[in-house]
Amino acid sequence: MSAGTLYDKVWDLHRVADLPGGSTQLFIGLHLIHEVTSPQAFSALQDLGLTVRHPERTVATVDHIVPTTTQARPLADPLAEEMLATLEGNCAAHGITLHGLGSGRQGIVHVIAPELGLTQPGMTVACGDSHTSTHGAFGAIAFGIGTSQVRDVLASQSLAMSKLNVRRIRVEGTLQRGVYAKDLILHIIRTLGVKGGVGHAYEFAGPAIAALSMEERMTLCNMAIEGGARVGYCNPDETTFAYLRGRPEAPDGDAWERAVAWWRSLASGPEARFDDEVGFDAASIPPTVTWGITPGQGIGIDEPVPTLEQLAPEERALAEEAYRYMDLRPGQPITGLPVDVCFIGSCTNGRLSDLRAAAAVARGRRVATGLKAFVVPGSEQVAAEAEAEGLDAVFRAAGFEWRQPGCSMCLAMNPDRLEGRQISASSSNRNFKGRQGSATGRTLLMSPAMVAAAAVSGQVADVRPLLAVPAALH
Amino acid sequence: MSTLSTPDPLPFPSGPVRRHRGRGVAVVGSDIDTDRIIPARFLKCVTFEGLAAGAFADDRAERGADHPDGPHPLDRPGHQGASVLIVNRNFGCGSSREHAPQALMRWGIRAVIGESFAEIFFGNCLALGLPCLTASPEVVTAIQEAVAADPGTILELDLEALEVTLDSEAAGENRWSVHLDPGPRSRLVSGQWDGTAQLLSHEEQLRATADRLPYLRGFPARTAAPAEA
Repeated sequence: MSAGTLYDKVWDLHRVADLPGGSTQLFIGLHLIHEVTSPQAFSALQDLGLTVRHPERTVATVDHIVPTTTQARPLADPLAEEMLATLEGNCAAHGITLHGLGSGRQGIVHVIAPELGLTQPGMTVACGDSHTSTHGAFGAIAFGIGTSQVRDVLASQSLAMSKLNVRRIRVEGTLQRGVYAKDLILHIIRTLGVKGGVGHAYEFAGPAIAALSMEERMTLCNMAIEGGARVGYCNPDETTFAYLRGRPEAPDGDAWERAVAWWRSLASGPEARFDDEVGFDAASIPPTVTWGITPGQGIGIDEPVPTLEQLAPEERALAEEAYRYMDLRPGQPITGLPVDVCFIGSCTNGRLSDLRAAAAVARGRRVATGLKAFVVPGSEQVAAEAEAEGLDAVFRAAGFEWRQPGCSMCLAMNPDRLEGRQISASSSNRNFKGRQGSATGRTLLMSPAMVAAAAVSGQVADVRPLLAVPAALH
Repeated sequence: MSTLSTPDPLPFPSGPVRRHRGRGVAVVGSDIDTDRIIPARFLKCVTFEGLAAGAFADDRAERGADHPDGPHPLDRPGHQGASVLIVNRNFGCGSSREHAPQALMRWGIRAVIGESFAEIFFGNCLALGLPCLTASPEVVTAIQEAVAADPGTILELDLEALEVTLDSEAAGENRWSVHLDPGPRSRLVSGQWDGTAQLLSHEEQLRATADRLPYLRGFPARTAAPAEA
């Protein structure tokens, strides 16, 4: 059993009661809600004659269903409009703050809560979305829940949970130029498997993690769930505190120093015990892309699609399914594979540093003929900051479309979707069959810089040579 | 196709879930994610009603009548009315959408047996009174094969004894042990799987917990060290 880890400390602090059968009632410090997984929870609350226990600890936005071309009301899709109107009604009825379209604070829930300073070290954070693990970047214990659990948190600000084991993932060394947090997490998932983290919280630690920015840590923790770990986190440090300082919902004045002292005390100390430990060397990780139909089916950009013989026996059936679905041959290089659509955005990679990395590749280059490329900022604030530094102009000049914030083609609940057998280079988090809106559409996951490299090359390409050549000379 | 399925055929569980008896349907394959169990376009709704049509919608559409492997198991006439789903490794990975178990339950599923389950999916099922039992790969494969060979096979699940019994005309009776962690098992068997009332019953403890959280109290000076649990 783990002891003395951040996970243990935060768990103990939030423990409300022991429940029959060995589970624990856990207090939820921050409840984030959105339009897709909350309406049925509010209906259930009403049916039970209950109210929201802590509306001041509940924050809403709209992200999954919003169009990215025009966000004028009513939304063109009547079902999307109904979902948004339902969320507005529920928030108004229960006194919950909603960061709606055009508020300046709307965006993907896992982008806006950190940028507003809502997400802080030592909190428990729950949201009806599996990528809630993102908030673990701050040293919070954050996890996705289903709609019945959304109802429970609305009603009681708590959940019945079972404690997880803690696996420390220690990353030594330094990431190469052109290799990003996205490559790191794809590499980790490729190595540990998509169910390797089931029953575990992943603590990301070591010099390579300490060197990551908060946005990179968010990318890392965001995809812990793709490795089966419902929770992923980094210990809070000076980078965390510097990010939070001055954010609208962060403590200020005298409370700031006290908050930092408390946050600092939460980190897993030298005495911490882990259930399991795994090590990686950052310097050996290449730009990584997925070739298959799970986020674990990844390869380095210079590697060919694996053959059956290279895979463990229990992975072969899925690999055969992936060859068929993706229409790829074992042993085929991934570099040079033509793509149809390039998508930069999502809760994984829709933040300002992601857009900067992609823009650095796009600057002075052109999107390949016949290819559709678009950029969806993660939030209204990200969009404003990117526009203030001219990134939108860089993308537009290169032939990308510059869109309005939302989840967009990560899961294609809005009009942004693949058609037919189209193949996308995508900075999102899931390459499941049909994920991007076409039942036969194909997805290659990669970093935003690699998506930009694919866009300007018309095919899967290693971003590193593009970074080496000054764009103006290209 | 989806027209063969009967929407919302059984009442949803209420009270203790101790045993279930019904026919099975096998969906073979590992890492079947919730986007496949119900594609995202079916999530555009404000109620869960009518989600039966979304269950495995794209997989079912792909397996049309002329598909070499025949129709999807959920569309085979012999499996209509089946209530036990038998799956393989890491079933329900991906998105936290409760629409996934909702769709399966509205199609008629009342218990799932698999090699392993993704965590959020398992929790969502538990919150609906839908037991997800695990068994060894050999047992799961044996059940899947028995059910595919004879869709009339009756499965009897006992959550107290943690056993599944198969009764088919061809193969006679077989009994295997299945696994369910003590916590979820106790919640299902006792009928306390739908826990809102239980959570709310701890009013004092809820208040005490909120009162000791530094971030809910303006980070008072005395909380420089983690509070005692």
